[in-house]
Amino acid sequence: MSRPSLWIFTTVPIALLLSLPLLTVVAFLLEPSAEVWSHLADTVLKSYIANSLWLMLGVAVGTLLMGVSSAWLTTMCNFPGRRFFAWALLLPMALPAYIIAYTYTGLLEVGGPVQSTLRSWFGWDYGDYWFPEIRSLGGAIVMLSLVLYPYVYLLTRATFLEQSTAVLEVSRSLGHGPWSTFFRLAVPMARPAIIAGLSLALMETLADYGTVHYFGVSTFTTGILRTWFGMGDVAAAAQLSALLLSFVFILIVLERWSRRKARYHHTDNKTGGGFARYPLRRWEAVGAFLVCLLPLLFGFFIPLAQLGWWGWAQADAFLEPDFLRLLRHSMQLAAIAALLALLIALLLAYGKRLHPTPLMQATVRTAGMGYAIPGTVIAVGVMIPFAALDNTLDSWARETFGYSTGLLLSGTLVALLFGYVARFLAVSLNSVESGLLKIKPTYDQAARSLGASQGFTLLRVHLPLLRGSLFTALLLVFVDVLKELPATLVLRPFNYNTLAVRAYELASDEQLQAAAVPAVAIVIAGLIPILILSYSITSKRT
Amino acid sequence: MSVQLQLSEVSVAYGRNEVVKRVCFTLEGGDLGCLIGPSGCGKSTLLRAIAGFEPVTSGEIELHGRQVSRVGYTQPPERRRIGMVFQDFALFPHLTVEDNIAFGLRRQRREERRQRVSELLSLIGLPGIARHYPHQLSGGQQQRVALARALAPKPQLLLLDEPFSSLDAELREQLASEVREVLRREGVTGLMVTHDQEEALGVAERIGVLYHGQLLQWDTPYAIYHAPQHRFVADFIGRGVFAPGLLRNERQVETELGCFTTSTPPLSHSGGAVDVLLRPDDLIPGEEGPFRGQVVARRYCGAEYLYTVRLKGGTELLCPAPSHFPYEVGDEIGLTPALREVVVFPRSTSEDTVKQP
Repeated sequence: MSRPSLWIFTTVPIALLLSLPLLTVVAFLLEPSAEVWSHLADTVLKSYIANSLWLMLGVAVGTLLMGVSSAWLTTMCNFPGRRFFAWALLLPMALPAYIIAYTYTGLLEVGGPVQSTLRSWFGWDYGDYWFPEIRSLGGAIVMLSLVLYPYVYLLTRATFLEQSTAVLEVSRSLGHGPWSTFFRLAVPMARPAIIAGLSLALMETLADYGTVHYFGVSTFTTGILRTWFGMGDVAAAAQLSALLLSFVFILIVLERWSRRKARYHHTDNKTGGGFARYPLRRWEAVGAFLVCLLPLLFGFFIPLAQLGWWGWAQADAFLEPDFLRLLRHSMQLAAIAALLALLIALLLAYGKRLHPTPLMQATVRTAGMGYAIPGTVIAVGVMIPFAALDNTLDSWARETFGYSTGLLLSGTLVALLFGYVARFLAVSLNSVESGLLKIKPTYDQAARSLGASQGFTLLRVHLPLLRGSLFTALLLVFVDVLKELPATLVLRPFNYNTLAVRAYELASDEQLQAAAVPAVAIVIAGLIPILILSYSITSKRT
Repeated sequence: MSVQLQLSEVSVAYGRNEVVKRVCFTLEGGDLGCLIGPSGCGKSTLLRAIAGFEPVTSGEIELHGRQVSRVGYTQPPERRRIGMVFQDFALFPHLTVEDNIAFGLRRQRREERRQRVSELLSLIGLPGIARHYPHQLSGGQQQRVALARALAPKPQLLLLDEPFSSLDAELREQLASEVREVLRREGVTGLMVTHDQEEALGVAERIGVLYHGQLLQWDTPYAIYHAPQHRFVADFIGRGVFAPGLLRNERQVETELGCFTTSTPPLSHSGGAVDVLLRPDDLIPGEEGPFRGQVVARRYCGAEYLYTVRLKGGTELLCPAPSHFPYEVGDEIGLTPALREVVVFPRSTSEDTVKQP
């Protein structure tokens, strides 16, 4: 057995390094308030807070309505299309909110297809009629709800599937109909899962930059970048980041707490999956069909059709050297970040498995905190220390050797990759750890009692058993990096473009059709893990 | 045969908590030993120390005359040539039965490997399952494959950690004797941990009873049953009662069933109150028996009834009798004592322990 000290000396510094962005931002809480900060507090801060809160409230209502109702219907009721909806309802997860925001803006703006059609049907003219403004707080709520409800759907459905069918049958035998069973039994029993799914959706809401920026809604994320780049006040940006983090922290606590609670609400499903689903009569079936269809239609098929239409109209653009360079950049970045994250995750997870001391557990937890941290905050937390290090190096080199080193780290791919790994390591870590859990300690002992060395055991027992988890880890980080907008926007080297950044730039320039080209590429990549995920869920049970 | 496994003064500790305390025993080549005791007594830890997964904190372990564990040195498990069968079987889920069994044979040539695998598959009576995956097998089949995998590299010693506990009772009994037979044919020495005494009594040549980390007795099944050296061993293994008695001198004990010469080491305080261990088979029922008692309870066990009989003086005894001529509760029954070992313990302060049938 390897010595514990070796693991501690390698893993603890890595975990500390990866928590540098978080520590930096939190450290600024202790800094005395700058002038800009008090100015912020007097003017825009209230609107940041108010908008963020309204956004969260709206998204909470939207995701709950769509997620819980569709989860119940696909689990407990029988209607045409149920099996299809069961997996298809996850699809909107593949679309980044900022991309459907561009798409819907193109669809619903004054010159877009919807309003043109209405005008030609009814013979209206511009200004004759009222039409909802999509680029608003309400619009942002709808966009975010449409792509984030799958989090609630996924966790709630998993709980409904696990709920003891006996409990539900008892309820039926005591004379409760489906509605009463739903509200009095199923939902209260699933409450921890619903809250956990909701917390995840709200964390994504807080982290969103692309949608709210494009819709002109001032929230924390847009405020942070505006304070930094617009007003040039790093300290105030960091303090805003810290405030945003405290919101995130509340959500994390909520999520952890409800997951712990979930154990007490767990009922053993010993009776087996023989639950008789409620058969729905004609109009009920139509209603159920619509409840499942609408989120899927608006969250996936309509934006996908619009993007596909735009992409088709300019199919040549996909072969232009500009686009191919974007694609190469994005792929390279995503692949390197995914590999780095996987290697570090393996190191940390094995360290924890071999030496499950409190220190190792704390180390692994610290390293995995980044996922809850919005990309804007990660960007701030990476830029500040890297710039400070560059400046120190530069002035030292100038004093000692008489020449300037310039920027060595900040604004380079190193800073960008570091940001990605700090943010997405948790994704890798989760996959690797859950994979390692499947390898029982007796497997190791059996292999060694049969004369296999540790290396041979790793190669012949662990690796084949872990292969699936390692692949998932790579894939998930790859796609997350591909989609990540704010961190890339801030940390990328000058003039270094990726698909996400290009889509954002084109959309900001009102070139929505051109933005569809990189957007289509992101969506296709994003669909792969969702399809795999929904396949693995549906193959387990109905 | 020669001594295959020798433990002298072996202790194992987790931090300050000593879970195995100064254990000594030897196991002859070809024998099957059983470690038995209540849960948490340290039996599994002792097995893991012999396998090389835990270092010893005192004493030493010798395997086939070579020292494999002492304080500060633990030969790694992969170099000990020890086979191990686990409670959860630990079959590798991604390998076929064939590849599982061949896992420990990787230094051999392909032909030899194939031959050994098929030899073992027919030994465990499952020649047709080579290409199956573990999840396609029943619990009993998995158990047999786990045994074959552990035996494949011809280990010097086979360790079995509660190997039958996840199987149902009937299968457990059948497999225990099957395992005994397979070990005999392969000529392998075995050491098994169990908490099921019938399993241990049925198949082992040597039984060790562990209690709070101490090996109370290491002996033949007969001696463990009829000549226990500790009250705990007498209590833990088998049925029986402690009949009250009085020491007349160092070797003579007076009971309601007469006077016996003790076979345990002489107890010091002559004239003191003692308990005499009476197993059900220490008494023969029959009308001609010199001692009379009344049946107060009975339990049907198939071939026989087990009666609880109360003597005039109040002593309660357990006595088996063939089931063809049953006595009713309340009937009088004659008893003839047939003790070969007279085991005496100082009177315990608690109530007389009667294991109700």
